[in-house]
Amino acid sequence: MTMPFYVAPEQVMKDRAEYAQKGIARGRSLVGTTYSDGILIVAENPSRSLHKVSEIYDRIAFAGVGKYNEFDQLRVAGVRHADTKGYAFSREDVDARSLVNLYAQFLGNVFTHEMKPLEVEILVAELGVEPSGDQLYHIAYEGTITDEVTFTVLGGEAEAIREAVESVFEDRWDLDAALRKLVKALGGERVLAPEELEVAVLTRGQARRAFRRIGVPELTERLGVPSSSRSRSRPKSS
Amino acid sequence: MALPLFAPGEDPGPHFVDLLARIGRGGGDPTGACRTRLGYLPGVPVQVPVPQGAAVPGAAGGYPPLPHATTVVAMRYADGVLMAGDRRATEGHLIAHRAMEKVFPADDHSVVAIAGVAGPAVEMVRLFQTQLEHYEKVEGVALSLEGKANQLGQMVREHLPMAMQGLVVVPLFAGYDLRRGEGRIFTYDVTGGHYEEADHAATGSGGRDARNTIKLGWAEGLDRASALDLAIRALYEAADEDSATGGPDLVRGIYPLVATVTSGGYERLEGAEVAERFALLVEARRAGAGEAGRP
Repeated sequence: MTMPFYVAPEQVMKDRAEYAQKGIARGRSLVGTTYSDGILIVAENPSRSLHKVSEIYDRIAFAGVGKYNEFDQLRVAGVRHADTKGYAFSREDVDARSLVNLYAQFLGNVFTHEMKPLEVEILVAELGVEPSGDQLYHIAYEGTITDEVTFTVLGGEAEAIREAVESVFEDRWDLDAALRKLVKALGGERVLAPEELEVAVLTRGQARRAFRRIGVPELTERLGVPSSSRSRSRPKSS
Repeated sequence: MALPLFAPGEDPGPHFVDLLARIGRGGGDPTGACRTRLGYLPGVPVQVPVPQGAAVPGAAGGYPPLPHATTVVAMRYADGVLMAGDRRATEGHLIAHRAMEKVFPADDHSVVAIAGVAGPAVEMVRLFQTQLEHYEKVEGVALSLEGKANQLGQMVREHLPMAMQGLVVVPLFAGYDLRRGEGRIFTYDVTGGHYEEADHAATGSGGRDARNTIKLGWAEGLDRASALDLAIRALYEAADEDSATGGPDLVRGIYPLVATVTSGGYERLEGAEVAERFALLVEARRAGAGEAGRP
């Protein structure tokens, strides 16, 4: 029987972090921001059916980057947690904070105890009753929680995109302005077509379920991008 | 509370009821909320204590009087379906509630109404609503209308042991089938059997009188106003004949609850609109009544 080589814990953690970061960097990024009527999430995602952005509960949305199967498992667990809690108590008792803590606990556990860390970063967005209650929780692969009230960027190119968004961000901007500028920031050098994007909003003051997807037709209109069937002047913002 | 994650072989998928069963069995349910609802969990035997002593007339299987919800009606009309329910709940001979709601949105495009013992019926509706939304969120698409009707049928069947002891729950389900582009109605029996009705349906203690009224007035392609008038007339007639069905309460301003489901989704009608139609109905009845006040 051979003794395993001693590896310093610092090294183990560093290797794991590097592994997770590499995995996350392979995928496309996403941005979440608060706007005049709620919260907007824009993700670069060419797939129509494998969603990065989804609904968890009445006022809570979920978004993930990295390995699809891993963040989707977390999404489903979130829906289950929220639905059982809402059923056992009341719909009002379901809040993002407790869910975020569970996610962080799970990610942290996997990071330290399992063979392989999860290659994901997730965003849990909660719409407040008042605009001041809006919250964006960004949870990293090792379980670190950051809460933001303006905007947050997830994914491999987060730093570059963060800088781009920071330079254009306005507090309580309207949906069209936010959408155009975020899409531009996400694309960087490239111009992203509506078909390459997945967009969803949590809108205040409407129905019980605040989550709504913005499909390609609406997105095309809001971005003001000319589609092949219509001839429209291209605004310089796109 | 831990994050509800499951091994691939144990995963309950989009089934909320299975999820509750797994969480409840796994001991991951510190609130006990799931355990108290074992009556609905598949594979868990239900022990309902049979009460001793003389049966109370009108009570369920020897239980002391329990609140009962009564007449609900549904019909197809030009834009979709319309469902209406009276507001009375009874305990034996007594009135338990005057303003009970028996018509609920099941999800955006369907509606469910209940007749039977109020406690388990309302609980079943809550579970049904959660199940439909849960499925939609986990799977990313809503169930088909037929799928929803089946789900409700399974819940009624799970409830059968309690129904055999007198705690009967009989729902009425209707919705707008987005794939077919039409309204559809499903009726149930206590065994969970569900049957699609072609045009209209009524259930509950006053269901027979309500059904007869609708049968006489119904026609293909009724508009919204005519369908509303027919539904409230059916409930009026049912309340006229059946003591467990509440008529319009003009003193307190309590009127039956009416909802429609069309391609645009579920809509609960404003109380004022229903009140106005009832006022016209009552007016017409009064004008038609003879000197002795006979209809």
